[in-house]
Amino acid sequence: MISINVRNTDIPHRQAYGESLAAYGDINKNVVVLDADVSSSTLTSYFARRYPERFFNLGVTEASMVDVGVGMALAGKIPFVNTFAALLTLRACEQIRTCVAYANTNVKLIGGYAGVSDYKDGPTHFSVNDIALMRSMPNMTVIAPADNIEAARMVPLVAEFEGPVYMRISRAAVPDVFDKDYVPQIGKGVVVRIGQAATLISTGSMLGRCLLAADLLAQVGVEVRVINLATIKPIDQELVVRAAVETGAIVTAEEHSILGGLGGAVAEILALLHPAPIEMVGLADTFTETGPDPDTLMDAWGLSINDIVQAVNRVILRKQIVVYSLGR
Amino acid sequence: MHLHPPQLVEQIQTVARQIRLDVLDMVYRRQAGHPGGSFSAAEILACLYFHQMKIDPARPDWPERDRFLLSKGHAAAALYSVLAQRGYFPASDLEKWGHLGAHLQGHPDRIKTPGVEMSSGFLGHGISIAAGIVLAQRLDGGRFHTYVLVSDGDMQSGVAWEGAMTAAKYRTTEMTLIMDYNDVQLDGASHDIMPMEPLVDKWRSFGFAVQEINGHNPIQILDALDTALEIHSQPAVILAHTTKGKGVSFMENSSKWHGAVPTEPQYWAARLELEGA
Repeated sequence: MISINVRNTDIPHRQAYGESLAAYGDINKNVVVLDADVSSSTLTSYFARRYPERFFNLGVTEASMVDVGVGMALAGKIPFVNTFAALLTLRACEQIRTCVAYANTNVKLIGGYAGVSDYKDGPTHFSVNDIALMRSMPNMTVIAPADNIEAARMVPLVAEFEGPVYMRISRAAVPDVFDKDYVPQIGKGVVVRIGQAATLISTGSMLGRCLLAADLLAQVGVEVRVINLATIKPIDQELVVRAAVETGAIVTAEEHSILGGLGGAVAEILALLHPAPIEMVGLADTFTETGPDPDTLMDAWGLSINDIVQAVNRVILRKQIVVYSLGR
Repeated sequence: MHLHPPQLVEQIQTVARQIRLDVLDMVYRRQAGHPGGSFSAAEILACLYFHQMKIDPARPDWPERDRFLLSKGHAAAALYSVLAQRGYFPASDLEKWGHLGAHLQGHPDRIKTPGVEMSSGFLGHGISIAAGIVLAQRLDGGRFHTYVLVSDGDMQSGVAWEGAMTAAKYRTTEMTLIMDYNDVQLDGASHDIMPMEPLVDKWRSFGFAVQEINGHNPIQILDALDTALEIHSQPAVILAHTTKGKGVSFMENSSKWHGAVPTEPQYWAARLELEGA
């Protein structure tokens, strides 16, 4: 078991990423960083200050920036291509499909301001389809780190991984969960809480909320397993199937649309390999709205701790109905 | 003026004629492909692969090789022909273009085909990718040049001009752009579908050094390529005026032959005309 402890932090996710990238830049001189005029938002500015010769600010040319990154990868560099997740995956979608995924170039796409974390700028700036888009592309690895430790630790792993990667990073300060000794692995999920009543599978910023929901459920005697799936593709199939076999009910949680993201990925596996009741906590198939802060916005749009608790209760009820009807 | 021996010019013309013959055969055999834009690029490709570029077909991944990006990926058949002629793979592979399991895809695929630097198909990518190659190579002190062949359609896509801004910002003199400006695209004449003129002014205002040439004249192409290497203050573009479908009279300047397949009588008429050239 991994040692965990949910604690609030003032350090934004993007800062953990930006600092880690700058630190790693010292170790790996092949890393180059591109940004589209938002380096002081994505915090690639830390890297830019330390290695100006390896930083390229290309202005508001997102589609071209991805192709420039492709060229750098063709010439042997490890480009980290940064901008807001929605711009990266929507405006440069064809560049990513053709020149990164199809051409299988070693480009690292980092989508900042993922989910609804850019609460103050509203739905134009929210990125709630990026996981669905990126995971539908062959050759693409899709990663959503849960907290600052995982975001920071992922940077070297992503750089040293051979092939296209998409990683989403939140603008917000998301609760810290892992301790300093945690070492993530691309393609592997981790069980962060044991339980048999159901399994909560979380990706990205939802892990803290899932663990707090599990605490509330434990107070009424419901012990749920909690899994952190930082890598959505390739998905840790064995871990997901084992959860379905052993707990018989699954709830997914993601700061993303319920269409095609983590929920879709897990549902595909369950449907094919081990059907079990599944509930999805995520953003409904509708545009949301501007909010006063990320947590209030997430609470208002279906991502609250109570939403998770309710989803677990529903899925357990569905599991019992299935068991009951099979028993008759 | 740079001196180019007559034998070289003759060789370029022979290679270009073989490109057209191969393309005609390939398109006819496969009943698919893009003859018009392949014919317009024949001399340019011949000059690059048989004179200009520092390449070694035995070592397609030699780090110091010059790079060529076919941004107008629909001219794939012409690229495949010149790669085969240069020895990257056997000419017999051309017969399997588009077959299941063959390495020659409808549009170039860098993973499958030896000598193809970058996959392409949709237009607009080449300039940005070339700029990225140049910026990366500078960090390593690399000594190679990158060539990009773009089409009319390439330059109608906004992302190409984004790439042009990046090239200008970083003064990417280690790359040469060649525009195969045949003024015909899929649906009609480019100047009707989406006018781009004045292109020379556009390129200049984007920070490029512009040369205008006849893109079917080997001496003009070779001279322009040499001159481009001597420009050290700004990226270079060669505006090569070409004829879509060049070499087959009934295909010339017609959008119909952007992506059409000749009938059997048309095939033999085209073959006769090309062999006589």
